[in-house]
Amino acid sequence: MTFSPELAAIRFGCGLSPDLVPAADASAILDGLAGPDRMAGAFPIPRFTDTLPRIGELREMQKGFRKADDPEAARKAYRKELQASKADAAAWLMQVILRQSQSDTAFRERLVSFWGDHFSARGKSPVMKPFSVTYVEEAIRPHVTGSFGDMLVAAVSHPMMLHYLDQVGSIGPKSRRAERKAKGDGLNENLAREVMELHTLGVGGPYSQDDVRQLAELFTGMTFNRKDGFRFNPAMSEPGAETVLGKSYGGRRGDFADVEAALRDIAVHPATAKHIAWKLSVHFVADEPDPDLLEHVTAAYVASGGNLIAVYSALLEHPASWRSALGNVKPPLDFIGSSARALGFGPAQAQAMKPRDMRRNLLQPLARMGQPWQLFDGPDGWPEEDQAWLTPQSLAVRMLWAVGAPQTMVGDLPDPAGFAEAALGPYITESVRFAARAAESRAEAVGLVLSSPSFQRR
Amino acid sequence: MSLSRRAFVARSAAIGCSLAASPFLTRVSLASAPWDTRLVVIMLRGAMDGLDAVRPYGAPEFATYRAELMGQDNVAEHDLDGYFALHPALSPLLPLWREGQFGVVHAVSTPYRDKRSHFDGQDLLESGAEGLGAVKDGWLNRALGLLPGVDSRTAFAIGYGEMKVLEGPVPVADWSPEVELSMSAQAIRLAEQVMEDDPAFHAAFAEAIMLAEDETGSEGGKGGGKPHLRVAEYAAQQLRGDTRIAAFSLNGWDTHARQGRVISTALTRLSDTITTLREDLGPEIWGKTAVVAMTEFGRTVRVNGTGGTDHGTGGAMFLAGGAVKGGKVYGQWPGLSEDALYQRRDLMPTGDVRATAGWLLHGMAGLDRAALEGTIFPGLDLGSDPGLLL
Repeated sequence: MTFSPELAAIRFGCGLSPDLVPAADASAILDGLAGPDRMAGAFPIPRFTDTLPRIGELREMQKGFRKADDPEAARKAYRKELQASKADAAAWLMQVILRQSQSDTAFRERLVSFWGDHFSARGKSPVMKPFSVTYVEEAIRPHVTGSFGDMLVAAVSHPMMLHYLDQVGSIGPKSRRAERKAKGDGLNENLAREVMELHTLGVGGPYSQDDVRQLAELFTGMTFNRKDGFRFNPAMSEPGAETVLGKSYGGRRGDFADVEAALRDIAVHPATAKHIAWKLSVHFVADEPDPDLLEHVTAAYVASGGNLIAVYSALLEHPASWRSALGNVKPPLDFIGSSARALGFGPAQAQAMKPRDMRRNLLQPLARMGQPWQLFDGPDGWPEEDQAWLTPQSLAVRMLWAVGAPQTMVGDLPDPAGFAEAALGPYITESVRFAARAAESRAEAVGLVLSSPSFQRR
Repeated sequence: MSLSRRAFVARSAAIGCSLAASPFLTRVSLASAPWDTRLVVIMLRGAMDGLDAVRPYGAPEFATYRAELMGQDNVAEHDLDGYFALHPALSPLLPLWREGQFGVVHAVSTPYRDKRSHFDGQDLLESGAEGLGAVKDGWLNRALGLLPGVDSRTAFAIGYGEMKVLEGPVPVADWSPEVELSMSAQAIRLAEQVMEDDPAFHAAFAEAIMLAEDETGSEGGKGGGKPHLRVAEYAAQQLRGDTRIAAFSLNGWDTHARQGRVISTALTRLSDTITTLREDLGPEIWGKTAVVAMTEFGRTVRVNGTGGTDHGTGGAMFLAGGAVKGGKVYGQWPGLSEDALYQRRDLMPTGDVRATAGWLLHGMAGLDRAALEGTIFPGLDLGSDPGLLL
């Protein structure tokens, strides 16, 4: 029940690496977070706003090909550009894997993935789909070491979220826009509900259907266009004040400042503190976390008003976080990322992989393991429970990947016995040691090490 | 022992990928038992709009509420009984309706109220309990626990994602129609030893091996690239054998915006699934089959501002199969007048989806009222027998 550098690298990082020394203590991990985000620069992924012109172009092509002089040629050109976007998305997956493999502050990569999943949002149209990760890069990544309130505001008002949870078309029933359209109720509750249920208070939280409705009315006006990104359109906004969780926001004219004020209040609500503490503990420590750990992390959240470094510090200092037996099963992307890290996979090797290799060794296996890149099912993101990932299907695909993919990814495979020691550290077992020596081929030996329960749990 | 199913790299990898990538499909579960009827449970995840699927056009308020979703649809062409009409995307099921092999239960829900969360709603739908958190396992699993002759070799779950309705102490294996494990015999022996360190991994691994052996040589279906049809074909294939219960999911019902287009896709998938089951089961097995399709809750009576509907309460469920007494809309219809709505926004639920499932289990597998109200759906009042089966 005490800190160990190897356990910290496995449970709170992306696993052990032959090239990088694990942080010696919890404060070194937190210092890393306070330092510069080197991985964002080394393996860049564009921010959503930077991709807006490109999204605009694609949308124009999509809208335009029917009216074009040569519709068939225009359709082909559009298809080709769509394929190019998919190739970009595959390249961004590679950047995510390289960050996991190369970071000396791997906890940051885990946090980006955790919060990106907490605020799950993705493209729903063929044009928008490839760009989901650019939302995480813009709205989530810069805030993982800041305050929860800032991240909440950034995520909830982000074009990708407004698009994903149908906020863009939600119109206040008494707004100017509604009057002009002479149409009935123009409200859509989707985003407001998920903000309370998933992002902040939690489904057991103290909110009612009326709070959802009021928050949905307060949210009206949030929209975006392809030129400027986010904008608040008062014409769509429901006039008058809204009462959310007993507090009144806004006045005669809609204003984004009122939305922000409500979000910041909800961000520091005690139910939000509890919900976030629970989610972090489940994700990083165990499917059923120790109640004392939950209390400890909740208290840090409340005391700091949602300062995330203080929250992480509480998580890292509690003994329950250092239960020595490995627990949670890694989800497929983290399984592949930590395998890449154990193999010392780097940018030169990434560059050598052809698009076909990427499809066969990364995109298809991820999908077959149950985690297709950027395509989670709903706004609750990927499942946390071990049993969702540890199916015979998924395990079979993981094993096949572990035997087949490493060779394509790194070329020359390492000596299996040494690889087993380096990849598993103190968690190596006799059976893994034996398998690494006894396997018929180097590929199968490496595959057996990566397939072992000690490697697949954290 | 070298395990390699079908032409794995060329064919199955492509299919497996499309199956995995489909957001509309999660998993099929199959279970077998010694009685001779067949039960298929389809979970419609995302909250199906029962009022759009089975339209109460006879209600005076309906046209006002739903004009935008009805568009140019002609209800006479899809009329069921002079009051309700099917959504056009369900019209392939009209012949079954006329033969009494397709029916509807309207204005039903689980006991779940007010928070309208998909995830909690589905948890309750699958646990079959009165409230959240009280019961962890699924009602189909508890039903299996009361029946003789259910073993782990005959219980399967296919696809990706969870199927909580079949989870619980009675072993039910998970699998999909396309999986293979191609490693040398020695590597498999070594893997077996490595997995022994961890009981959960060992169990999953043993099952993977067992099923890979089982599946050797099986042929792919005619559903081609459509994952929901491959699942229906696979379910039918199993139900023609020893399997007695199959459960799987169809997703894509969360129609907050542009419902006209989205729900058509989902309903087409559902009707294709049912007609595929009928075709592939053949007349004899279809004759003793009951299919039930259920969802976590309904949607708002009013159309929202984005051409869709938001989370509601009362909804509809479907019955199909040669064993059911179809051609009828079951349930107590509450009407759509303002004061008849639940919280003035949703269809009022007047019946419990669990009672429908309960009477099916009663008729199909002989489970009695005490078992149904005490163990399978604890706290449920089954009410009087609605006569859903022939």
